[in-house]
Amino acid sequence: MDNKIKISEAFKKYTMVIALAVIIILFTVNTEGKMLLPQNVNNLIAQNAYVFILATGMLFCILTGGNIDLSVGSVVCFVGAIGGKMMIEHGFNPYITLLVMAVIGILVGAWQGFWIAYVRIPPFIVTLAGMLMFRGLSNVVLQGMTLSPVPEGFLDLFNNYVPDFFGGDGFNITCFAAGLLACAVYIIIVFSGRQRRIAKGYRVPPLTGVIIKMFIICAVVLAFMFRLAQYKGIPNSLVWVAAIIGIYSYIASKTTTGRYFYAVGGNEKATKLSGINTNLVYFQAYLNMGLLSAVAAMVTVARLNSANPTAGNNYEMDAIGACFIGGASAYGGVGTVPGVIVGATLMGVLNLGMSIMGVDQNLQKVVKGGVLLAAVIFDVVSKRKSFIAK
Amino acid sequence: MAKILLEMKNIVKTFPGVKALDNVNLQVEEGEIHALVGENGAGKSTLMNVLSGIYPYGSYEGDIIYNGEVCKFNKISDSEEKGIVIIHQELALIPYMSIGENMYLGNERGKSYSINWNETYGEADKYLEIVGLKESSHTLVKDIGVGKQQLVEIAKALAKHAKLLILDEPTASLNEDDSKALLELLLKFKSEGMTSIIISHKLNEIAYVADKITVIRDGSTIETLDKKKDDISEDRIIQGMVGRELTDRFPKREKKHIGGVAMEIRNWNVYHPLYSDRKVVDNVSLNIHKGEVVGICGLMGAGRTELAMSVFGKSYGVNISGQLFLNGTEVKLHSIEDAIKHKIAYVTEDRKGNGLILSNPIKINTTLSNMDAVSSHKVIDKDKEFLIADEYREKLKTKCPSVEQNVGNLSGGNQQKVLLAKWMFTEPEVLILDEPTRGIDVGAKYEIYCIINDLVAAGKSVIMISSELPEVLGMSDRIYIMNEGKIVGEMKAEEATQQSIMACILKSDKGE
Repeated sequence: MDNKIKISEAFKKYTMVIALAVIIILFTVNTEGKMLLPQNVNNLIAQNAYVFILATGMLFCILTGGNIDLSVGSVVCFVGAIGGKMMIEHGFNPYITLLVMAVIGILVGAWQGFWIAYVRIPPFIVTLAGMLMFRGLSNVVLQGMTLSPVPEGFLDLFNNYVPDFFGGDGFNITCFAAGLLACAVYIIIVFSGRQRRIAKGYRVPPLTGVIIKMFIICAVVLAFMFRLAQYKGIPNSLVWVAAIIGIYSYIASKTTTGRYFYAVGGNEKATKLSGINTNLVYFQAYLNMGLLSAVAAMVTVARLNSANPTAGNNYEMDAIGACFIGGASAYGGVGTVPGVIVGATLMGVLNLGMSIMGVDQNLQKVVKGGVLLAAVIFDVVSKRKSFIAK
Repeated sequence: MAKILLEMKNIVKTFPGVKALDNVNLQVEEGEIHALVGENGAGKSTLMNVLSGIYPYGSYEGDIIYNGEVCKFNKISDSEEKGIVIIHQELALIPYMSIGENMYLGNERGKSYSINWNETYGEADKYLEIVGLKESSHTLVKDIGVGKQQLVEIAKALAKHAKLLILDEPTASLNEDDSKALLELLLKFKSEGMTSIIISHKLNEIAYVADKITVIRDGSTIETLDKKKDDISEDRIIQGMVGRELTDRFPKREKKHIGGVAMEIRNWNVYHPLYSDRKVVDNVSLNIHKGEVVGICGLMGAGRTELAMSVFGKSYGVNISGQLFLNGTEVKLHSIEDAIKHKIAYVTEDRKGNGLILSNPIKINTTLSNMDAVSSHKVIDKDKEFLIADEYREKLKTKCPSVEQNVGNLSGGNQQKVLLAKWMFTEPEVLILDEPTRGIDVGAKYEIYCIINDLVAAGKSVIMISSELPEVLGMSDRIYIMNEGKIVGEMKAEEATQQSIMACILKSDKGE
């Protein structure tokens, strides 16, 4: 009996992971294995890096109470336009350009954050306005034209691969070694934390569950890195994505700053009465979203090898979708960075798999919309007893 | 004897963990004005919600017999169809709609695809005349005062062909003239054959209009007084309302060590945050000593919560003026963070709305007000957090499987303990507890009282705001009585009785 409950609980907790696995298997079968070819695994990251980056930022906005940021696609385009203009027309150094792009992203975030957090204009309105304004401004900056090509120095930062220090032939040893190292570090952290807790006499989760989870995660990481190693190794964009995910995952789960996002989303009044500056929490969410939009802009400019006025179209929808599919609550207060990774991966797999299968662009949108709706219905309904609201 | 219009028999209504109504019986004759009285939380509003179908048939036990037949209301419209119309304490009008639109909201004239506005406004004007409101039904509700809004509510009820009118605290927000007019209107309706039930705290008004008075206490009907037969003076009603004996429902404090003044407020004034010309706290001065429990009692809306929250880092109100002294030195608290740093804690009356994050576990709720104590350089030590939460769980005897449990799954009493733990963890010197035992059962109340005694035994000061007079009398060393934003009395607990406190409030109501 006890075991049964645990299995159904585990199933509920990992529904999206299971859904992701099923979808990957379906695509693999339908594409006769093409889906998991090294190059496609590589493309999954390269093509969807922006989703991971934007979804991570979007999570913090959503945590504050289901607030979304509609402007990110336009901000990506705007920041990208400025970066492109600086490098391509005015010949600025790529590193200075990166810095300027980041600062502009932060300024955009501060602008929107100020209205949302301190004046309490609804985020939907502020970011809808931002969506229009920054799209328009991108066109103004670019004068409606596409600027290309982007200097090599800039492209290398995002499009290149981490060099193989061991000189493997057709197999990037550094890449696979990095995978092994990551798994080793992960295992050590889990076990040393567990030992420390046992030593202090705290409760620890059962060992079997921990080992099963660890085994699955390590197997997936190693298989993934193995495929990448068979291609050209670790793409630089993966390094950026991994760094961002690592930092924000830590902030969300281990710091007081992160805790306050969850608290505000859970009960803003109670949080305020606990002596926490809730205005600042909202401000930080949108400020950070601006910064991450700038990072996504860098990745996008590099990937397209150009700055153009239609870049970033519908990016906000991918990011919002990834968060909700990844288990963030539409009412705020619930959601994790790992969940968002799963959501973003699922989005990416859908994009990639359907492209390989040659599914019609319009039909692709239908499928993605359907998956998003199903995920949120599941989230809402699983929390109450009846399907129809009373 | 006149015909019985409504009979409620053996009504029992339980909420998770609390029995709100316990065997209530009520008989209302046709054509009378029947008053329901009782302290806050006695169960009057719950009873009326059962009657009007807000709590559907099946969610309570007992029978409602109306006009000779047993009624099974599932929703408000079921009871309204029979002519039972309730007017709630908080007015349910939509400010940006006209009087006419409000009166026929959900009851529109004409066809559902084509509202007949001529009929709407024509009929509305007719009813407005009956209630004596000289306004056009085209006027927006936001443009008329509360007194007139109350009349609109009554006109709205009449438009639904009410036969039994239920008024929940109809005069609570009205001034004296408006109240008087409203009572006269009720008497006029009575002469035309209308039956009404009126819930009110204002005993003088009840004595004036009511034919019968039913007293409810702790969820049970105590007695029904008949104007023709019984004495219905205010004293007699108060006796019924508070008549219980004080037994050992309150733990004794072993030794009292009342020290110097811990906190003092002088000439404290607070204005309403939205209507900034309305004074909600009016020139209040009070003090509290170390190791002392000070009770603040008063009716709902007396300004007690507003006073407490304005002291707690200006978390309520605007244009706050006055002086606040902690241990003899004047301090200015500009934010809640400031207040916490100066070792003041405010435990809210609304634990679900303002106190706890229900979707989060106990441990996260426990540490939220004092995250610095469980983190270094903003990095949380989750093991320490768990330990601290567990320590408080043990100390306060919170019943839960573990501190990982979500607070939303706990009973009211245990939620209250988590809330207390949260504020005790900020290590306050002065704790302001706002209705600390509201909506929790007797056993949990006793445990909360024990916690309060432990706190003062450790030299802390506790201000207890409570609407339950026995609780204030049983726990406090000293009692302040508030009414309409002012302190209208101060008594030593030994000298105070429920009667004297009620009398003090009623006296100030009359402006003496």
